[in-house]
Amino acid sequence: MANTASQKAFVEFERVQKSYDGENLVVKDLNLSMPKGEFLTMLGPSGSGKTTCLMMLAGFETATHGEILLDGQPINNIPPHKRGIGMVFQNYALFPHMTVAENLSFPLEVRKFGKSEREAKIKRALDMVQMGAFGGRRPAQLSGGQQQRIALARALVFEPELVLMDEPLGALDKQLREHMQFEITRLAHDLGITTVYVTHDQTEALTMSDRVAVFDDGRIQQLAPPDQLYEEPENSFVAQFIGENNTLEGVVKSLSGDKCEVQLDGGEVIDAKPVNVKAVGDRTRVSIRPERVEINKDRLQPGAHTLKAEVLEFIYMGDIFRTRLRVAGNDEFVVKTRNAPDQVRLTPGTQIEIGWLPSDCRALDA
Amino acid sequence: MTDTTSNGTMLSADGTPLKVSLARALRRQKIRALMLIAPLLIFVLVTFIVPIASMLFRSVENDIVSNTLPETVQTLAGWDHASGEAPDEAVYEAMYFDMFKAAEAKEHTKLGTRLNYENTGTSSLFRKSGRGLSKIGKTWQKPIESAAKPLKDGETWFAMMSGSGSNAVLEERRVLWQNLTGDPFKGEVGITLSDDMVAMLPKTAAAYADWAIFEALEEEKDISKRDPWEAVYTALGLDLMSQETQAAVASYSGTGAEELRAVIAALDTLPEADFKGAFIDMEDGWADPDVWRTILTYSPAYTSGYFLNAVDMKKSLDGFEARPENQQIYMTLFKRTIWMSIIITTSCILLGYPVAWLLANLPLRSANVLMILVLLPFWTSLLVRTSAWKVLLQDQGVINELLVWLGFVADANRLALMHNQTGTIIAMTHILLPFMILPLYSVMKTIPPTYLRAAKSLGATNWTAFWRVYFPQSVPGIGAGSILVFILAIGYYITPEIVGGTEGIFISNRIAYHISSSLNWGLAAALGSILLAVVLVLYWLYDRIVGIDNVKLGG
Ligand SMILES: Nc1ncnc2c1ncn2[C@@H]1O[C@H](COP(=O)(O)OP(=O)(O)O)[C@@H](O)[C@H]1O
Ligand SMILES: [Mg+2]
Repeated sequence: MANTASQKAFVEFERVQKSYDGENLVVKDLNLSMPKGEFLTMLGPSGSGKTTCLMMLAGFETATHGEILLDGQPINNIPPHKRGIGMVFQNYALFPHMTVAENLSFPLEVRKFGKSEREAKIKRALDMVQMGAFGGRRPAQLSGGQQQRIALARALVFEPELVLMDEPLGALDKQLREHMQFEITRLAHDLGITTVYVTHDQTEALTMSDRVAVFDDGRIQQLAPPDQLYEEPENSFVAQFIGENNTLEGVVKSLSGDKCEVQLDGGEVIDAKPVNVKAVGDRTRVSIRPERVEINKDRLQPGAHTLKAEVLEFIYMGDIFRTRLRVAGNDEFVVKTRNAPDQVRLTPGTQIEIGWLPSDCRALDA
Repeated sequence: MTDTTSNGTMLSADGTPLKVSLARALRRQKIRALMLIAPLLIFVLVTFIVPIASMLFRSVENDIVSNTLPETVQTLAGWDHASGEAPDEAVYEAMYFDMFKAAEAKEHTKLGTRLNYENTGTSSLFRKSGRGLSKIGKTWQKPIESAAKPLKDGETWFAMMSGSGSNAVLEERRVLWQNLTGDPFKGEVGITLSDDMVAMLPKTAAAYADWAIFEALEEEKDISKRDPWEAVYTALGLDLMSQETQAAVASYSGTGAEELRAVIAALDTLPEADFKGAFIDMEDGWADPDVWRTILTYSPAYTSGYFLNAVDMKKSLDGFEARPENQQIYMTLFKRTIWMSIIITTSCILLGYPVAWLLANLPLRSANVLMILVLLPFWTSLLVRTSAWKVLLQDQGVINELLVWLGFVADANRLALMHNQTGTIIAMTHILLPFMILPLYSVMKTIPPTYLRAAKSLGATNWTAFWRVYFPQSVPGIGAGSILVFILAIGYYITPEIVGGTEGIFISNRIAYHISSSLNWGLAAALGSILLAVVLVLYWLYDRIVGIDNVKLGG
């Protein structure tokens, strides 16, 4: 679901700041606007303020400054239980003294639904997460994945328009996590719910979201759809954080429109696409994705830039080969190549020449 | 390395069945674990379980009557206790000899004290009679001695009584002494009773043996040189009054034959065998059938009497009956103890819950300060805390002065906050509060705050979230705290003693009274046992209703 200005914002953060201790800002000047039905993920390292943002939206923390709007209404003064926001907690927070059905019944009871209506809704919610047979169990009698589903069902059973999830899959093993990622996105899209999803796992963010907000240091570093985030990172933090990335440091030598020359610290001069450099003489980090580097000289595309490299390590990973090189003094330069019949397997110590297109090479902030 | 035999049992590598080698390995582990806890186990056993067991045993043990008055108890069995009349002569005669021994060993007052619990006045009856017994004995000794001068002399007696024989009587009497005093009475008495004498003068032989054992082993004297005590003369007089003995003496020619014949010749100078009269002369009380009924009632070695007393009943020969209204105190006390313990536990829950909640939810630093405040009472002596409450609660105390000064109560009607149940409840609630707060706190500490958040995000108000989500999870803490406080309260003693007055005392105060003042340990033990039983029953009920798995002292 694309983000167009014409769509009315459903959730809005306007210049929101948050400090717990009056000394440090945990959230600094947050601006965010989400249309109805969007699946937005907050991605960032631990401690970057994601949970804090979620808690402010849910009403468990108050913004130190700024305004949060839900469907156009400021919600700063609405207590959490009146916001009607569904929430899935990291440890699920299923009430241990209640059965699964009682857990699901809880939000319906406080909303004064009748018995038959409650039962119908509970059944529908449990079926939705394929847990129809587990209504009588206690949370402690369920596996982690099952608890996860129940937590999801409980957050959805009262049909909220907005659902918040704080690292809901953090405790699951890889396979289960991938399965649940799929289920959650499917449910969110089928039900047309607006979702704010928090995670520190970038694959999760990329595979699930309509848009991803990359958090660091209390700020949104970039807010974009997954493909754009990966292919067009706007700063070196995002480039580093999303996917694997090679950086070469240097100084901007010339800058003109969508072209610039960078003199690397090793002395070589390369062409790059200026993304986050302001003037000649600025220090910069040049970012190249490992899969955009070509090691086979014969396949180099016209206009490609070449550099000398020494093979340090070759790792066989099944579907791909991962080769570590020394390039322009950088020992951690990684190249990924597809495992194809004609693909060469490089032995450590070999001197080779590698190349890439200047358009794949982004000059970012230092 | 397992193998399977033809019948399907698993074998371990060396061919023994797997189950056997597993059991052996586990047993070794268990023994090692047991050895590790052995010091504590022995300590607990010796210092805790044994005393409690012996205390419980005391609540039914009652061999003092049969040990002190062994022959009386036997003779008394034939008495028709419903006749309304005192028993006949034989009982009084047995009583004379039993009491004589008991008086010599100074055991008769103990029995008096014991029977006094059941029948007031018995104590002084026994005490006074102890002194009168030798007077009765003298009335026999004097005429015998004047009829046969050599019998004045212990050496004559020794020569007359000793001879050859099995000494069975001596050993029999030794056991009776052991029972009476609890002392071992081991060692050589220095005499072998002549079997002929035992056959001819049975009562005399028994009385002489009694004396000889006591004289030789307790007083550590050489019995061949000492004069026997009065009861021996009495026994001789009684023996010689029987026709059979007189015939035997006539044909007897051993040592003392002459003297015995001389006494028989002077039989008319001896008093009549009327111990009943003598006892009643000495103390009117001995004519009272109630005294004898009491002795009979308590003659078995085990009695339910203490327990009946402890529930305001009275043991009688036909079973048991309720005590008169004005003597019923224990049931009231038990009910009061339980009721007030419930009130105290409830107030501890009401006051302790919010504090525990704060402790579990405040930031660490403030929580630590609060924790110190909660623990502060533990650092002060219980006596000091209770006395402090005395200062606060008394008529002229801080609270009353404040209320009067503020004009809330008139000077003339100051609140009676002490020497009644109010005082006990206030002071004990305060003293036991930490025992409620600590388990509550440790349980609340394990309830993650996300549950409350989750409840609120699901639409619950603060109150609903607390009541339906937080509270149920804190119930194990309430359970643990309540059990702790209730069990401590039900056995509390110092605080009710100091601030309780007569209205506010607990059953424990009564137990303490019986242990240290009235010395009725049996009753104290019975009261204690009932208290223990009450606690166990309540515990069982709690387990049935709430489930003991629902008690947590922490995560
Ligand atoms: N209740 C709180 N009190 C004080 N500081 C907090 C509190 N919650 C979070 N913080 C701080 O705020 C920062 C951001 O935390 P958080 O929002 O939980 O990050 P994230 O969810 O991205 O890991 C962290 O440095 C954390 O220590
Ligand atoms: Mg977080």
